Amino acid sequence: MISVKNLTKAFGPKLAVNDVSFTVQKGEVLGFLGPNGAGKSTTMRMITGFTPPTSGSVTIGGHDIGDAPIPAKRLLGYLPESAPSYADMTVTSFLNFIAELRGLSGAARKQAVDRVIDMCFLGSVVHQSVDTLSKGYKHRVCFAQSIIHDPEVLIMDEPTDGLDPNQKHEIRQLIKRMGETKAIVFSTHILEEVEAVCSRAIIIDRGRIVANGTPAELKSRSENAGVVHVRIAGDVSGGIAGKLGGLPLANKVAPLANTAGKSAFRITPKGSAANGDLAASVFDLARRENWKIEELHTDEGRLDEVFRNITLSETSK
Amino acid sequence: MNSWSHIKTIAKREMTGYFSSPVAYVFIVIFLLLAGFFTFMASPFFDRGQASLQDFFVWHPWLFLFLVPAVGMRLWSEEYRMGTLELLLTMPITTWQAIVGKFLASWLFLGLGLVLTVPLWITVNYLGTPDNGTIFCGYVGSFLMAGAYLAIATMTSAMSRNQVVSFIVAVVLCLFLILCGFPPVTNLLVRWASPGFVDFVTSFSVMTHFQNAQRGVIDSRNLLYFVSVIGFSLFTTGVIIRSQRAG
Repeated sequence: MISVKNLTKAFGPKLAVNDVSFTVQKGEVLGFLGPNGAGKSTTMRMITGFTPPTSGSVTIGGHDIGDAPIPAKRLLGYLPESAPSYADMTVTSFLNFIAELRGLSGAARKQAVDRVIDMCFLGSVVHQSVDTLSKGYKHRVCFAQSIIHDPEVLIMDEPTDGLDPNQKHEIRQLIKRMGETKAIVFSTHILEEVEAVCSRAIIIDRGRIVANGTPAELKSRSENAGVVHVRIAGDVSGGIAGKLGGLPLANKVAPLANTAGKSAFRITPKGSAANGDLAASVFDLARRENWKIEELHTDEGRLDEVFRNITLSETSK
Repeated sequence: MNSWSHIKTIAKREMTGYFSSPVAYVFIVIFLLLAGFFTFMASPFFDRGQASLQDFFVWHPWLFLFLVPAVGMRLWSEEYRMGTLELLLTMPITTWQAIVGKFLASWLFLGLGLVLTVPLWITVNYLGTPDNGTIFCGYVGSFLMAGAYLAIATMTSAMSRNQVVSFIVAVVLCLFLILCGFPPVTNLLVRWASPGFVDFVTSFSVMTHFQNAQRGVIDSRNLLYFVSVIGFSLFTTGVIIRSQRAG
């Protein structure tokens, strides 16, 4: 549905977005990650046709946003970064205005407005003017306008910014549900959100894509991915570490703090496999040696670690 | 048809925007008060012994100089400031439709202000027998002049997110359009420039074209003048918005 090719945007001598390409299919939720000022919002503005790119192209459902903006924009719903809306309008009149611009009229419009008021829990404030609303409500009003025409493509710039934890949860569920039938791109710098919602994530830093994969793939790039933690009860002797170190899959064994007759170890695997092979071999060894295992788990890796590694190493270059 | 409905939607929103804020009421009240004051107090309206609205229309270029930029300054500045431009221009509409819609709403609003001066017209009809054709022409000319000022204010509004800057630049540009046909200025010009050049300069002035309308004549040149000022300014508005988006 969305195809971005070699998108570049220069503000003067500064490249805000540098040769970014990716595609998003229907049924995909793409998380757009990056530190502040990495070019997330600029990329989204170019996808929605607000900012013309310096070079490169964006196609939405087969329509080029530069050559055929109107049919392309029809397919789009967009939630801009600051979630703007007309402060002097009431929630209903604002949503009606947007629905009208989206080409909805009569009963269809009323139905669409009622539907988003329901979906975004705006029922209690429909007759208030937007400038009297709290930040969370304002945000949801703008969210509501982006889905009012049930678009096939949704572009959302930090959709959960400024919401309380419950609202965040609701919005994430909503995005996840809609992601089954739509192509969604959303930006965030909350990493848990990516794991909770996205089917794929792109990390962008200084205008360039530095990582692109499923959240699990990205996590496996973490230093901790595949590390096995084991805690053994009972007799603590120095031999355990040596035996663990002798496992063919183990690379390095580090003892963790021993407390009250328990020994804990952190075993780094050879290679970077995050699968359970190492843990399985630890388990087999423990059975042979009659150790009592109290805890055994394989670290999946942490997204924030990957994020930090990638973006910091890029910055230091 | 479709594009007209978009223009209408935007114009409708803009119009309700005026009336949901104090802007509309302040403008109308101030306009009517000032128009009344200048007509009756600052002009020889009663001493003239003649039933005409000449003393009313003669003030319009000056009244509009401040009031019309005040109405137009928010049109785009406000969109920039609130960030709603991003919302508006990612809708399936063209920038043109947005510009025309906003302009028409404000112009109609100014027209409404003019319509509310009808008591003046009733007054002169009560006092005597004015030439109502001339008065009608005066109104049409005044409405066109308001449109020209407004288009300029729209253009300056697109230049800056700061409404004060928009206002001041619009006032200066409109003042220029007045002064290049204002007799004290043109009299200075006559001393050293050729008559052809003076004619050329005065033909750029709203005064020249509005004076014709006040006399009851609106010919195609006057109409062309106002329409081209509006067209040029709105076109420039489009160009400015385009460059603002490019960043």
